[in-house]
Amino acid sequence: MNAAIVGIGQTEFSKDSGRSELQLAAEAASAAIDDAGLTPADIDGMVTFTLDTNDELALMRALGVPEVRWMSRTPHGGALASATVQHAAAAVASGAADAVLVYRAFNERSGRRFGQPDAARRGPAWNWYLPYGLDTPAKIYALWFQRYMHTYGVTNEDLGRYVVLARKHAATNPNAWFYGRPITLEEHQRSRWIVEPIIRKLDCCQESDGGVAFVVTTRERARDLKQPPVGVVAASQSHLWGGDVMFNYYHPEVADFPEATALATQLWRTSGLTPGDVQVAMLYENFTPVVFQQLEAFGFCGRGEAKAFIAEGNIEVGGTIPVNTHGGLLGEGYIHGVNNVLEGVRQLRGTAANQVPDVDHVLVAAGRSAAILGRV
Amino acid sequence: MPPVIPPVPGHDDEFFWAGVRDGRLLVQRCADCHELRHPPLPMCPHCRSLEWEAAELSGRGTIHSWVVSHHPSEPDAEPRVVVVVAMEEGVRLVSNLQGRAEDAAIDLPVEVVFEDFGDVVLPQFRVVAG
Repeated sequence: MNAAIVGIGQTEFSKDSGRSELQLAAEAASAAIDDAGLTPADIDGMVTFTLDTNDELALMRALGVPEVRWMSRTPHGGALASATVQHAAAAVASGAADAVLVYRAFNERSGRRFGQPDAARRGPAWNWYLPYGLDTPAKIYALWFQRYMHTYGVTNEDLGRYVVLARKHAATNPNAWFYGRPITLEEHQRSRWIVEPIIRKLDCCQESDGGVAFVVTTRERARDLKQPPVGVVAASQSHLWGGDVMFNYYHPEVADFPEATALATQLWRTSGLTPGDVQVAMLYENFTPVVFQQLEAFGFCGRGEAKAFIAEGNIEVGGTIPVNTHGGLLGEGYIHGVNNVLEGVRQLRGTAANQVPDVDHVLVAAGRSAAILGRV
Repeated sequence: MPPVIPPVPGHDDEFFWAGVRDGRLLVQRCADCHELRHPPLPMCPHCRSLEWEAAELSGRGTIHSWVVSHHPSEPDAEPRVVVVVAMEEGVRLVSNLQGRAEDAAIDLPVEVVFEDFGDVVLPQFRVVAG
């Protein structure tokens, strides 16, 4: 695609930011624009999540952006975190905008917590779940993950091996909330059940306050800017008939993640790359099992092989395909998966805390959306 | 008895909740191509017909998936076993298994019962005896 990520910015990731979500968005956006060597007057497109509370016009006023000619939002929360890259890339490649600011900012720990039951979620789509006690994402997803674990004989201890690894990566990333705080498998196994018998507390992503942003422009313009540009090699989404936002109970076979499999097929085809051409994979993990499903869907290992693949050390820094080198959403912080895009950019620039040598391509996958980023 | 958040029935699913109040487990059946569907939809995804009738299920199926639902951060007296039931007619639906988590297992045969929670009647499932 004729698009490149030219600037990244963020706030600190915390449990209580002490400031408004608009301030977090403005700080992250301002840092991303500075990082690119641009000014607010260069920004003429904006992308965020439908769930973001920060109105584009409010952020324009705060930043001093004089005119925007294209805006869009991605639905379905973190599953479309990588679709923000696709939206921004499509805008600049088509000429709808010259420089698109992507942002996501929230007080997800000190403000509205996604992991708490919310009786205000009402309406026809929830009638099939809320009355039965499916009132948090952890419960909703666990009822799906159970099929994966049952089918492939995966235990919660197997899941724990990923968590130990994510916390190991976070422990050496000063940007991570869990910097300097690795855990053992025993500590994972002692953490309390959140949804028995699938996920424990340490299998859940963090609840975080913070903001992240990045700027996308064309590859031609990127060449004249401050940073080594990071190309958007491919970006797409996959939504299949029978799917649902979180309730993936109705596909004929629900052990695997059919949307991620379809997405992988698309991306490998459009990019002409194979799993062996990617040196780092950022895999969205609201909960641990989705790392296993995505490793298999993208073909880094075979069906049901993720538990052995992880146990053998393949996804550590130094392994065959390092995953979530910043510590992931479990270890670094949960900025709805968009912080994974920033880590992908750092790996390609060569500036990551846990830098992998000679990175040419990074996969940033978020369930039903994914992007392949590459050196230009 | 656990606190239950009652459903808010709308145009497309009022028939289901009316059926539950009468002790019947109903799903939509396309009037033209006769395919069953659940959760309810205003259009048949197989033939795009808008005509449908309510078909009563046998109430028998097997556990396709299950978890134990606790409150995420507060003690709760009565955790509930949440199940996806594969009904013998081919549709799946989410419900609860009466009894203890130790009783839950994938592929276990179950049957529907209707339980009055005060504000609402819900279909629930129990393990088929024997």
